[in-house]
Amino acid sequence: MPVITIDGRLIESAAGKTIIEAAYEHGITIPHFCWHPALSVAGNCRMCMVHVGSHKKDKGGTLLFDDNGRADVAWMPKLQIACATTIADGMVVDTLGKHTMNGQNAVMEFLLINHPLDCPICDEAGQCKLQEYAFNHSKGQSRFDEEKVHKPKRVVLGPEIMFDSERCIMCSRCIRFADEVAHQPVLTFTHRNDKVTIETFPGTEFDSPYSMNVIDICPVGALTSIDFRFRARVWEMSFTDSICPGCARGCNIKVGIMNNEALRVEPRTNMHVNEYWMCDYGRLTTPDVINQNRVNGPHLRADGTLILTTWERALEFAAHAISSVKPSQIMVLGSAHASNEDNYALSRFAQSVVKTSNVDFIKHIDHEFGDAFLRVNERAPNAIGAHTVGIAPAHGGHTVDELAMRIRHEDIKILIILEDSAEAHSHELAEAVASVGTLIVLSSHMSVTAHQASVLLPVAGFAECEGTFTNILHRVQRFEQVLSTKDHPRTMTMKNSRWDKFGAPNDRWTKGTRRDVRPGWAIVQDIANIMGAGWTFASAKDVFTHATHHVSAFEQLNYELIVQHQGAVLGKTHHPEKNVPVYESHYMKPQ
Amino acid sequence: MATVKTNTEAQRLSFWERIYLPAIAKGMGLTLRQMIRPKFTRQYPEQRWNPEGSYRGRPVLVLEEDGERCVACGLCSRVCPALAIEVRAAETNGVKERYPALFEINMVRCIFCGFCEEVCPEEAIVMSKDYELVFGSQEEAILGKDKLLVPISQLRERLEFLRQWRG
Repeated sequence: MPVITIDGRLIESAAGKTIIEAAYEHGITIPHFCWHPALSVAGNCRMCMVHVGSHKKDKGGTLLFDDNGRADVAWMPKLQIACATTIADGMVVDTLGKHTMNGQNAVMEFLLINHPLDCPICDEAGQCKLQEYAFNHSKGQSRFDEEKVHKPKRVVLGPEIMFDSERCIMCSRCIRFADEVAHQPVLTFTHRNDKVTIETFPGTEFDSPYSMNVIDICPVGALTSIDFRFRARVWEMSFTDSICPGCARGCNIKVGIMNNEALRVEPRTNMHVNEYWMCDYGRLTTPDVINQNRVNGPHLRADGTLILTTWERALEFAAHAISSVKPSQIMVLGSAHASNEDNYALSRFAQSVVKTSNVDFIKHIDHEFGDAFLRVNERAPNAIGAHTVGIAPAHGGHTVDELAMRIRHEDIKILIILEDSAEAHSHELAEAVASVGTLIVLSSHMSVTAHQASVLLPVAGFAECEGTFTNILHRVQRFEQVLSTKDHPRTMTMKNSRWDKFGAPNDRWTKGTRRDVRPGWAIVQDIANIMGAGWTFASAKDVFTHATHHVSAFEQLNYELIVQHQGAVLGKTHHPEKNVPVYESHYMKPQ
Repeated sequence: MATVKTNTEAQRLSFWERIYLPAIAKGMGLTLRQMIRPKFTRQYPEQRWNPEGSYRGRPVLVLEEDGERCVACGLCSRVCPALAIEVRAAETNGVKERYPALFEINMVRCIFCGFCEEVCPEEAIVMSKDYELVFGSQEEAILGKDKLLVPISQLRERLEFLRQWRG
């Protein structure tokens, strides 16, 4: 493999790689706008220009050194673009020297000539590559006194995307994304020179299910989200790593919150799962899943209506109801929407406390949803995890498919249902569930089944607790607590914006709803302990550790390993994949 | 029984110091001098003080004829060391696409440092001459856009000062 020298460091990389790729593999970032590891090389921003040369050799092939012992380099007279220059043995690259800096500074000056510099208005401000490099590579003042070119602003390119041509630096990342990743080649450059702009072909619009990824990869604020426009500054939000609950792919995401309300979801690079992308559906619906239609506080049914009550009374009622019938008359439904921890606790509860074999969960298959890229037909994030941790009928146990019939025949008198709604299975089941003797619902959302509950215990959704999901590739992935709950405020270990860090209780921006919810495993444990089980789990981590000792597929797993390797595949936990460098296009996000 | 030697302040005083009359005379002299000197005290509510342009009073938003200057970029809020400012942006159809849907300064938190004015890219928030800040409650001290927007004609002096002294 060729060995090159970058800034005095010897680097070995595969033949055929470009300088920027080889540098990135070894932790050296060369400034760039148009280059993206997932897209083809365009080489039109010129930002990655570096000084390249080769180590001189004499006729015999020995390397030459000057009197000080430094390599004698034959520099190329002009700067080369690092994204399109392939590496060769003996190549010497200077990314920090005077020549390179002069070149990059000049490129920045050219790019800023027609840029409107309307950062105060622009949504990208704070995570903008142009701002970042303007800070490093320009003098802070323009020598361009003439009037800047005016081009179309607020052009709607697709249902989710707004384009501002004045801000655009014509890097063509969006065009290449539409072409190569979204496979909807509708974007193109039109006009020439400083009048150049990006348009959709006549009669088309960029409405791919993955269209909003261009907003993330746009190095400037030319492409903005119509949905999000101006809702918050990036530094005002606290971003927390999580997993998209939209389908079983389990795309890695970051959730941005402000005032304890989820505002924005962005993909987080995980080369094993979603690479750099996520679908628009997940991006647009996840904040609503977190914020809307939530259960707040435990409810008990009295005189036909659900009335807010205390945790003690609600848990007492549930425990008492469970103890009052025969175990075989109790059905426990786990959930593909709940974490491995919640499902594991529930499955143990069914096995060793209730001692029933009627355990199952509802599958969420939508044949319309999946596609050839990221989206899959399995719509719940954790069906495989639920099954793996033991949410399955034991021998002779009833399945969810026969549940409606069993309820009608009064074989089942109590139904415990976690994080799911019966109508997701069938109307038949939804009707049957309404007539079950006691319906114990652990739900984060006010679903139809939650409205029918005898006792409704509010569960912390995936954004309000930590835990793990097992995706369709059998990959166990960790999500962190995003929002504060009444019992569990954000801690200092969570990534906090300045507002979240220093806001005092008398500040208006700290008054967002803190819901009275508890993690599913904690509620299950409380009921189990009232029934005399004596469980002592203090955190989701405890539950997970317990699971690793009792579920063979989870053997040797732990949270640290999962975070370190961006997830771990079941059955391969002994040999986690090698860590690969994670490319983040916009890495400067001031908190 | 051994005598204890003492050396108190009273023992150290001389005769004239002990009778205290010269000191009283000196004090009365000072008082009389002050009485005949011209008065410096301002009769405050009737007689008001008009500070110079350099004075940093209550921060206000500049209101021009065609509306507010602020584009809700949030930099004042970011730079504020006391987290006194809260800005929420929204979209308009004007040339400036953005305006503050909500702009609140918590005057209980404000420390009058003027960073907000210094950082503002639009010269939209400036320190006014208003020093009469009396509030009956914490909520009352949170000033919204209705109280913050001040016509530009009242802020000429400050804007002139900024033009003169800014780099």
